[in-house]
Amino acid sequence: MTKSVEILESKQSDLDRFVEKARAAAAVVTDVGTFQEAVSYTLNLCGSRGACRLKVSGCEEPLSPNAEDLCETKQGKIIAAPHLSSDQFELLESQCVENGFGCISSGMRSQLAGVDIGFTYGDIGIAETGTLVLNCPGEELRLATMVCEYHVCLLAKSKIVKDAFAAEEQMRQFMNKGPNYTAFITGPSRTADIERVLTIGVHGPLELHILLVEE
Amino acid sequence: MQEAKSLKNYRKECRDSLGNDYLRKALDAFAVAYRKSRANAFAEFDVEELIGDVVAMKDDALQQLDALYDQFKEKAEGAGVTVHYAKDAAEANAIISRIAKETDCKKVIKSKSMTAEETLLNHVLEDDGLEVTESDLGEWIIQLRHEGPSHMVMPAIHLSRYQVQDLFSDVTGTRQTDDIEKLVKVARRELRQKFAEADMGISGANFAVAETGTIGIVTNEGNARLVTTLPRVHVALMGIDKLVPTIGDALRILKVLTRNATAQAITSYVTWVTGANECETSPGRKKDIHFVFLDNGRREMAADPLFSQVFRCVRCGACANVCPVYRLVGGHTMGHIYIGAIGLILSYFYHGPDSARNLVQNCINCEACKDICAGGIDLPRLIKAVHARIQDEEGHPIPSLLLGMIMKNRKLFHTLLRTAKWAQKPVAGDDGFMRHLPMIFFKDHDFKALPTVAEKPFRDLWPKLKPAIKNPRYRVGLFSGCVQDFVYPEQMVAAVELFADHDVEMSFPMKQSCCGLPLQMMAEMKTSRDVALQNLRAFEKENVDYIVTLCASCASHLKHNYPELLKDDLKLKDKVAAFTSKVIDMSSFVHDVLQVRAEDFQGDGKKVTFHAPCHLCRGLGVHDAPRNLMKTAGMDYQEAAEAEVCCGFGGTYSAKFPELSRQLLEKKLDNVEATGADILFTDCPGCVMQLRGGMKKRGSTIEVKHTVEGLAERRKKK
Ligand code: SF4
Ligand code: SF4
Repeated sequence: MTKSVEILESKQSDLDRFVEKARAAAAVVTDVGTFQEAVSYTLNLCGSRGACRLKVSGCEEPLSPNAEDLCETKQGKIIAAPHLSSDQFELLESQCVENGFGCISSGMRSQLAGVDIGFTYGDIGIAETGTLVLNCPGEELRLATMVCEYHVCLLAKSKIVKDAFAAEEQMRQFMNKGPNYTAFITGPSRTADIERVLTIGVHGPLELHILLVEE
Repeated sequence: MQEAKSLKNYRKECRDSLGNDYLRKALDAFAVAYRKSRANAFAEFDVEELIGDVVAMKDDALQQLDALYDQFKEKAEGAGVTVHYAKDAAEANAIISRIAKETDCKKVIKSKSMTAEETLLNHVLEDDGLEVTESDLGEWIIQLRHEGPSHMVMPAIHLSRYQVQDLFSDVTGTRQTDDIEKLVKVARRELRQKFAEADMGISGANFAVAETGTIGIVTNEGNARLVTTLPRVHVALMGIDKLVPTIGDALRILKVLTRNATAQAITSYVTWVTGANECETSPGRKKDIHFVFLDNGRREMAADPLFSQVFRCVRCGACANVCPVYRLVGGHTMGHIYIGAIGLILSYFYHGPDSARNLVQNCINCEACKDICAGGIDLPRLIKAVHARIQDEEGHPIPSLLLGMIMKNRKLFHTLLRTAKWAQKPVAGDDGFMRHLPMIFFKDHDFKALPTVAEKPFRDLWPKLKPAIKNPRYRVGLFSGCVQDFVYPEQMVAAVELFADHDVEMSFPMKQSCCGLPLQMMAEMKTSRDVALQNLRAFEKENVDYIVTLCASCASHLKHNYPELLKDDLKLKDKVAAFTSKVIDMSSFVHDVLQVRAEDFQGDGKKVTFHAPCHLCRGLGVHDAPRNLMKTAGMDYQEAAEAEVCCGFGGTYSAKFPELSRQLLEKKLDNVEATGADILFTDCPGCVMQLRGGMKKRGSTIEVKHTVEGLAERRKKK
């Protein structure tokens, strides 16, 4: 076997493993190919599946007056997409407008009640655990991935590596840049603190959608 | 939090915990599920190797702790963090309280930190007038209930959904349902608003990476991401033991940590925070960020040759998950703030002898924790060592001293055992069980029938019994241990018959005494050493290939603890090594050395099962030998559920905590009965005593025997 074939094969097996492990951690993984397809997927998710209900999750439960008040601050359906290139943001925004959804790239602090979808790019995918690595020094990006109901994360297939140790050097670079913030994200937010029953979405997203793109 | 003032009160607390049915059921289910899912989580890996990596790295980090701290501080401060060092809990709390005042914070949101539990930080902040909210769901629940955690990873594992339902009804002022999913959503909304309001976030840290000045925080809920992002001030409190050299080192710990803690390949989130990162609401849009390192007894521990290994603890909580005592009484009783095996040790160093005095006695020495520890820490040994320290500092209790005095003198000890035979005469039945319990020792022991001391100990039978072997294959020295010598000599006789069939020449050095484990269990270390030396001397002149014992506890103690006990006498080093390398348990000897075959036995197809003594399966790592032997000897072997969980004997433990011992026994017997076996075999006379007594008390027809008896009885007559 030639060297390049070997590399290709090991890349393929990292990709397969990434998909398998991410799914095992309750992420939804779809190979969409292009950015345009990712946008369609996201709008479709917002329209046809449970996301983008007017009320964010938990707001239909009996709450204390203060918690109710925070719920009330969310008035429309919103997709938050900080840190996209301007071309990409425009494309997403125009399609959101067509569908009557709000689309923002900043101002997350006034959206703490929750946004419907956080739309981001992952920096590395770790095959061994199905983990996304998100370098997110900017707080808009961090908040978009935390206060959203659904997190949609695009990942270039070329960015998938075998295990965390293969990402070590890149992490070192992130962290040596001065102030930095990096997150490993594997599946949705979860807890088992009540009777050890696995429950999704305690603080962060209720669903994690990983969209694989070519580049 | 366990705070009993006396052992008597502590025992009462244990009894009260035993009465909590929900807790018992929850922890039982957890213990069983955990073992299975942990095995799955590690399935692709060599666990020993992964743990070995952590051990090597942590030991190395400890050697250069000061340098790591300096490096971390330089890097972190270079990126805009203020790094603080606190020598004890009060100092750490004062630092954080000062930061809150200086930055004019009013509301604090916290993510989970055992270190903040350790310093009781919340009390101090609340006294300062701050509103403090825990954001980890479990922590929030126990905070609202004004309780401490009952598990290091799952702090509210002791509570039912109904208790949470009532609690949340109070908090929201509206009636909640008992639907867990809905309760979690309520917490999501209630806490989101707390996040939005907070001006200070307090987190712990799982790693402090020196090369970059980064902290790593491991969570499933993602609350640490909000705690470290939303408030304008962030304080992270961590022990100095969290320092690691590189990111790779943190990743190595992570790989074991989550798999060992919750059987997850990784948690949903791992958050890496470096420097004064962006924060919209801080002046200059830079987070006001402080890392507080805590000593609080850690350096004292690190300087101690025995206790320094505690530094390897990664706080996975697994030592509680597998502890049979934790499973019975839960974390509020099996811990002060830190819980389970590690809790018994840390309580002494972090919170002083008062918090540890009673706790350290509540270990049955089953070694389940040691077997699973992510840091490869010899937890049971350290628990005993803490116990010994406290006794040395405060004086030894009388029964413990007496036992020590008696045991130091083998002749006196043996004479007492012989006279016990007469003392029990009026109350012994003809079936080998005592009707009443004459010995003060055993006053709470009525849950199992106790055996009587044998008419003639094995040492008296030996001179007549010793077989003449013409062409010996092996020469073996027999080590009987006190129970087989004086209570169950028939087990020794069975072994002699079996071995003789296979041309094993045997000797029985008369000067051997108790192995010394009971002394170790009562933390009588000095006498334990004396007895070890006597035994070493007794076998010194014997020219034998193996020293065989039928008692798994003796074998593991002789093999693993003697080198430690006798290590100060350098002249003995070679002798000890020669001695310990010869020690082997009966099943391994018969299975691995004699390699008996099916043709050697007359099988009868009896349905049998096995209880694996702690010191056999974990102490010696022997799993298959006894089970294979039963099959080889033609029996129908049925594996019982939880065959490798402690039977509750634990030597002197069953005298100190009879109620707990009893519960462990009941569970064991249920599992055995469920197999439908006629005979229960085990490889330890102590376990035989516990199990046979328990069966007798139940009126069960299941026979309890030593494995060697089962083998000897099925020998093909030559
Ligand atoms: S040795 Fe057994 S009883 Fe003692 S702390 Fe460890 S697991 Fe618990
Ligand atoms: S002592 Fe070992 S098992 Fe217990 S919490 Fe620490 S690392 Fe985990």
